[in-house]
Amino acid sequence: MELIVNFLVQGVQMALVVALAPLLVGLVRKVKARLTRRQGASLIQPYRDILRLMRKDVVLAENASWLFRAAPYIIFAATWVAAALVPTFAMGLQFNWTADMIAIVALLGSARFFLALAGMDVGTSFGGIGSSREMMIATMAEPAMLLTVFAVALVAGSTQLSTVSAVMTSPDVGLRVSLGLGLVALVIVAIAENARIPVDNPATHLELTMVHEAMVLEYSGRHLAMIEIASALKLLLYVSLIACIFFPWGIAERSDSLLNYAFGMITYVGKLAVGGVLLAIFETSVAKMRVFRVPDFLGAALMLGLLGTLLLFVSRSL
Amino acid sequence: MSAVDLMILCVGIFLLLALVAIAAGGKPAASAFIYAAAIVPCSVVGMTGLAVLLTDGAASTTVLPIGLPWLGAHFRLDALSAFFLVVIGLGGAITSFYAIGYGRHEPEPHRVLPFYPAFLGAMVLVVLADDAFSFLLSWEVMSLLSWALVLAHHRKADTQKAAYVYLVMAGFGTMSLLLAFGLLVGADGGYDFETIRANVHTPAAAAIILVLMLLGAGSKAGLAPLHVWLPLAHPAAPSHVSALMSGVMTKVALYGFIRVVFDLLGPLEWWMSPTVILLGAATAVLGILNALMESDIKRALAYSTIENIGVIFAALGLALAFRANGMVDEAALAFSAALFHIFNHMVFKSLLFMGAGSVLNATGLRDLDGLGGLIHRMPLTSFVVLIGVTSISALPPLNGFASEWLIFQSILTSPNLPQSALQIIIPAAGALLALAAALAAACFVRIYGVGFLGRPRSDAARQAVEVDRFSLGAMFVLASICVLAGVFPGMILDAFAPAVSLMLDGRMPVQTSQPWLTLVPIAETRSTYNGLLVLLFVVFSATSAAWAVHRFASHRLRRAPAWDCGFPNADPLTQYGAGSYAQPVRRVLGTILLRAREEVLMPPPGDPRPARHQVHVKDLIWDGLYEQISRAVNAIATRMNRLQFLTIRRYLSLVMLSLVLLLVALTLWN
Repeated sequence: MELIVNFLVQGVQMALVVALAPLLVGLVRKVKARLTRRQGASLIQPYRDILRLMRKDVVLAENASWLFRAAPYIIFAATWVAAALVPTFAMGLQFNWTADMIAIVALLGSARFFLALAGMDVGTSFGGIGSSREMMIATMAEPAMLLTVFAVALVAGSTQLSTVSAVMTSPDVGLRVSLGLGLVALVIVAIAENARIPVDNPATHLELTMVHEAMVLEYSGRHLAMIEIASALKLLLYVSLIACIFFPWGIAERSDSLLNYAFGMITYVGKLAVGGVLLAIFETSVAKMRVFRVPDFLGAALMLGLLGTLLLFVSRSL
Repeated sequence: MSAVDLMILCVGIFLLLALVAIAAGGKPAASAFIYAAAIVPCSVVGMTGLAVLLTDGAASTTVLPIGLPWLGAHFRLDALSAFFLVVIGLGGAITSFYAIGYGRHEPEPHRVLPFYPAFLGAMVLVVLADDAFSFLLSWEVMSLLSWALVLAHHRKADTQKAAYVYLVMAGFGTMSLLLAFGLLVGADGGYDFETIRANVHTPAAAAIILVLMLLGAGSKAGLAPLHVWLPLAHPAAPSHVSALMSGVMTKVALYGFIRVVFDLLGPLEWWMSPTVILLGAATAVLGILNALMESDIKRALAYSTIENIGVIFAALGLALAFRANGMVDEAALAFSAALFHIFNHMVFKSLLFMGAGSVLNATGLRDLDGLGGLIHRMPLTSFVVLIGVTSISALPPLNGFASEWLIFQSILTSPNLPQSALQIIIPAAGALLALAAALAAACFVRIYGVGFLGRPRSDAARQAVEVDRFSLGAMFVLASICVLAGVFPGMILDAFAPAVSLMLDGRMPVQTSQPWLTLVPIAETRSTYNGLLVLLFVVFSATSAAWAVHRFASHRLRRAPAWDCGFPNADPLTQYGAGSYAQPVRRVLGTILLRAREEVLMPPPGDPRPARHQVHVKDLIWDGLYEQISRAVNAIATRMNRLQFLTIRRYLSLVMLSLVLLLVALTLWN
């Protein structure tokens, strides 16, 4: 019985992340539009966009290789698997031992690796510019992310996300400086990794400032749809990751009662909404940076992560 | 016949093959025969190593009546040697198979053939040696033979310089080893390892031996700042030899380090380990940053070897730190991770050098800026190289990630260390390793994206054809090992466990008994990783998504010219090249670490010449250390030059003077 419930929870989680991801993107866009006194598209516009793209023909560049065609599915799959392993509304995921935090970060790395390769495949200068800048940002973001993981793992004594959530819910963790630093670092990494302002602009389409959009410039139709879902999933993953590490309130435990699952679901959706609104407010209130300012921004995350880790080495209670 | 005798027999076969190769001279059929024949002893070596490991690594010894008359030549095959025999045997066998096809393109095969099997034999001997004399002798023979192989294309000026630098560095390395063994043996002079193991050293002597080993074995493996010869020498050799040097010989150097530091030297104080950890982490970052700037594909691979050696040294340093504090489980984790990474690096670096060799054969080019679009012309090579670059970039679910993950897990156990210095140094080293891993991904996206994807940048790349079946076969075997070792890391770790327990009297928990073959380094609640399930999940989600989209949404496809934001440019040179791809990272990290400087040479108005953009990158270690040393040596030599032109009276008085001085010294001594 317990096994069935756990499998069910895992299945619901996998469906849930894919189903909610475009909604989160829609929410961020809507709030951003309202903040700039525009009406904005409806919340479900991203779903419509994806369906429209799915139904369209793929227009493939003449010298695109098989890698270019396979990459969208690989990127989607890697991101989806990563997102499915982060506890969202419940901890009792059947497969959460498949990958710990480091492996989840690395799975996102695999997705990025193939995206960057796909950017180089057609042989256009835009693809190259996006790909090279994406990898530059990643070289700064990944160590920062890993240091945050270190800090969290030192507090929780584990890199296993379910265990981390369980430890963080317990009352003896309390407020800690190191976790605060880790949270700021992780938020900076999340902004950079998801190509949000001030690192990259998800709405731009014809500027040299673009990074992510430049890489996917040659994609169309269903391929583009897969990449759009994957990037929506990635945003959802980071919000869920921050939620389950730093704000794990309300997450149902392994094989919990139905009521608790429902409660976990409601709080999860609430957390996503808060995360989306905060992101939109942040994005509207800052300006896009020059590309070569980004390393300073990410360097701050790296330093905060290192500081958080070192503080824990100085004293476990900080 | 005991296992070690069988190994000596294999070395004999290798030497016999070398003689056959000399006798055959430059006959065209000789090449394929020698390489094919070398597969047999290589396989025996690899199989024997594996068999010894799987039967819990009972040691077997033998003494041959050669070498020093009062000593003989001691050989011993224990679990650690067995692990390295697996590396040498597997690497050697697959490289030889590759060379059956690749060797046909060699312009002067008789410059490679005699040395190749002898080189393999010498590496086997290093791993088997059980006394200081035969160890140093086989080490030096290995160095000299690889030097001869580097010189195969000796008419190129680069090769001559590379071989010269290599020879100097190899000489320096062996000298350090000689001194290290001198200290290990002590004044009594028992040269066999059994006697050496029983010696007890003061902490100061142990520290000096450790430093000497870092100099001696580190210079051979490519540890900064002694790495300078490696990016020159490894690419200069024919590609299958490069694969062997980068994939296997650097591992034999690591064997020397492990054998002395973990086995012969005995317990070390904790304060010696930070040197190893920090040197390793710094080497990793420096190596991969240089690889990212390099546009010659083989040199970039050689720099990436330096990175991986750094990662392995960092893991070994962690093992030393844990061992010094009696934390056997943690030490076993770090040490297993190091061994696993040694194995993995052998596999993917050999694969990548073979891929580079295939590209070189097909196009005649090593420069990334002439390549491009090979995925269309050489689909199979491109496929296996893609697996290689994914593995080396430490991406799940392949093998490079599995070993890096273990190293990170081992770093995460460092809070239990009692010394606060280590507690601060290890996370910092972890950050450096994470930076190196991220840079490695950037580096290999660049190599693959510029070299294999996009549009061809030269006629040679446009007309490239797929390589022969032997080369492809060898690369496919290595690529499948990359996948298998990534998916079943537990089996490999269990197989290597006897080598770990021999060195540390402890091992990681048995991995194959875990459900679903999950990797559990310490405890299930702490951290787990399952490459098999990750692979299955990714493959399943990707195929089901692709199927669903094609079935229910749309499967139509049109080919059209590239969109490129509405400004398509037909010239392939408008693509991002090797230099432009590296530019963002060069600006961010290279300005400090490599003193990278960009210069735009703009002609004056009215001048029709094109503007030029130049990048200057400095090798600070070369300029700051090696240039200074060579300048000092030159200056001293110029001064000493005067001694050549003295009169006979002066020479005689010099002789007299030195005699008197020596006699005075002797009297004072007594």
